[in-house]
Amino acid sequence: MTIETILFVAHTEEDGSLGRAALECLTGAVELHRQIAGASLVAGVIGVDATAAAVAISGCGASKLFAVSGPEFAMSRYASDTAALDSICRTSGATIIVAPATSRFNRAVPGAAQRIGGKIDTHVGGFLVNGAEVTIQRGYYRQRMIATLTRAARPWFVTIDAGLFPKFEGAAANTPVESLTVATSDAFNRTKVVGYRAPEADAQTIRPDANLLFVAGVGWTKKQADGQVHLTEAADIILGFLDKSKASLGSSKSLVDQSTEGHNVFSFMSHLNQVGQTGATPRHAKGLSACCHGEEPHVVGWRFIGERRAINLDANCGWAQGKTDVLYIADAFALVKKVGELL
Amino acid sequence: MSTGFHIVVLGSLVPDLLQTLEPVQGPTGPALKNEMMLPAVLDPWAAHALFEAAHLAAKTPGSKVWLVSLGPKAKLQQLMMSIAQKVPFELVAIDGPSSGFTDPTEVAAALAGAIEKIPALDRTRMLLFGGCASASRDAGVTVQLVGERLGVTDQFLAADELTVSAEGTFTILERVEGGKYLVSEVAGPPCAIAWATGNLPEPPNNPQVGMQNMRTLMPALQKAQPAQFGKQETVFHSVEIPKQERRTRIVKDVPIDEMAREIADWIKG
Ligand SMILES: Cc1cc2nc3c(=O)[nH]c(=O)nc-3n(C[C@H](O)[C@H](O)[C@H](O)COP(=O)(O)OP(=O)(O)OC[C@H]3O[C@@H](n4cnc5c(N)ncnc54)[C@H](O)[C@@H]3O)c2cc1C
Repeated sequence: MTIETILFVAHTEEDGSLGRAALECLTGAVELHRQIAGASLVAGVIGVDATAAAVAISGCGASKLFAVSGPEFAMSRYASDTAALDSICRTSGATIIVAPATSRFNRAVPGAAQRIGGKIDTHVGGFLVNGAEVTIQRGYYRQRMIATLTRAARPWFVTIDAGLFPKFEGAAANTPVESLTVATSDAFNRTKVVGYRAPEADAQTIRPDANLLFVAGVGWTKKQADGQVHLTEAADIILGFLDKSKASLGSSKSLVDQSTEGHNVFSFMSHLNQVGQTGATPRHAKGLSACCHGEEPHVVGWRFIGERRAINLDANCGWAQGKTDVLYIADAFALVKKVGELL
Repeated sequence: MSTGFHIVVLGSLVPDLLQTLEPVQGPTGPALKNEMMLPAVLDPWAAHALFEAAHLAAKTPGSKVWLVSLGPKAKLQQLMMSIAQKVPFELVAIDGPSSGFTDPTEVAAALAGAIEKIPALDRTRMLLFGGCASASRDAGVTVQLVGERLGVTDQFLAADELTVSAEGTFTILERVEGGKYLVSEVAGPPCAIAWATGNLPEPPNNPQVGMQNMRTLMPALQKAQPAQFGKQETVFHSVEIPKQERRTRIVKDVPIDEMAREIADWIKG
């Protein structure tokens, strides 16, 4: 029987601290450690000054803490991130590596797993421990199936989506932090991270931390009862609602496809807003859809939306087929505007 | 000196996204009911990668595009009928399962092995493209695993844009949290890019491109080597369709003010 060494590994954010996804994932790692008999927990952090962030989570019960620090580890870059992960994983002798599914780690952790000769499962949505056996749950075929599986191979890398566990909180302990030296290589210099490009100010509509997801469908651009399209009015209502509700904006595929082909004037939307089988699968406590039909390829993207409500003119739309908790049969132009006024 | 890019696109078939899928227990693990009969399409994000590859190759003289596909030979042949007229490429086919339940490490080994055997491929000029996740395994790891096997240390995930400067350096935009892009500059090839949607529409069918592709497609399918997969080390305890039927309450013929109040209270609550 393997005596498991669980490694929690994370990277710092720009301000030097660990982000929400990392702290939630740490709670998951601590849970796993508590449940597997005889397992040990270790932790590693990558960043400009990773030691401070490692000290901040030292109360998690990890018997060892590792840090890979330096300006070359400040930003998300495959070559430096995989080198740092490789060093932490090998030094720690980890058998199970638990990492947050951030964009930075989604890119680097698979490469590190390959370099070390491990196996990897991504977007893990939960685990169960039965004695010494760890089983995980993850989706297949774009969330159309959920599998429960286990592996004998070690090291086993597991990345965990945000929103599954509460954030870790705990006072620091005095476990010393071991700084690992990772040799920089020429490969680090081939990719230069320039920075972030944010959408235009009025286009900052994706808010992962929002309580509510508001999803717009192509109905907003269709001819209405008066035989006319009302794009400006639609844009004003949607933006007004977002402003009041602080919701994150999602879209059906059909709506953003129109936008990119230049037929449409919703400057605040792009493919990044698309929810569904070929779009995002965001996590929010509540979701409200308006002018969207609720077809299956769209609704699979709602898998991690808790309470759901939809507004549609059509009582036989897809939402009516058991896909939402409440369906309001109404004109979304009038109703969403009213809701905005009441918030 | 040779110029142009050697672009290798990883992409295979997935069941049509509008199909209802049902898991069954197969001889080697989970499988899809009637898997061989299900209508299939080119994996959507890999398709974007292929279109981006063809677009870049068309702009850069001396470039060439290979599509490396692992799937059951007969299904690959059907798939080629639907995409051969889209863009010029040379197929490298590997005969094996296209199931989402295979292990990505084994799939990556088969793909990297096939790439290493492409005679005309100059790996110093290589751009390894693929989708940022498949619509089957949906893991988002294959490009990185293959890139790592081929020693490519400049890798990008969920890219929407690649621009090549006059000096031959790349600027790459990757999707990151909060609807932002991470902007990176790369010295040049080799480089691995797992694409998100990109910026190109699906190209229309072009019969001339189809004829040109056909010359190499059939020989490539005939030559397809079987993929050798070891015994599955993963143990699947269950594979189920998520139960997400909700009891929908339909509210109609109610004054709009009343509906609005109900929704506003729900949002605030
Ligand atoms: C391979 C593949 C992948 C796909 N992936 C995705 C995906 O990731 N995401 C996605 O969204 N779709 C996806 N689709 C497309 C999906 O099948 C649907 O076509 C799409 O979601 C429909 O978008 P919609 O609901 O906005 O438009 P429609 O189906 O046109 O619905 C518009 C709705 O607006 C309503 N409406 C109009 N005016 C009003 C009004 N005033 N008030 C209230 N309601 C009004 C209408 O009743 C109608 O129901 C995919 C399809 C395929 C084939």
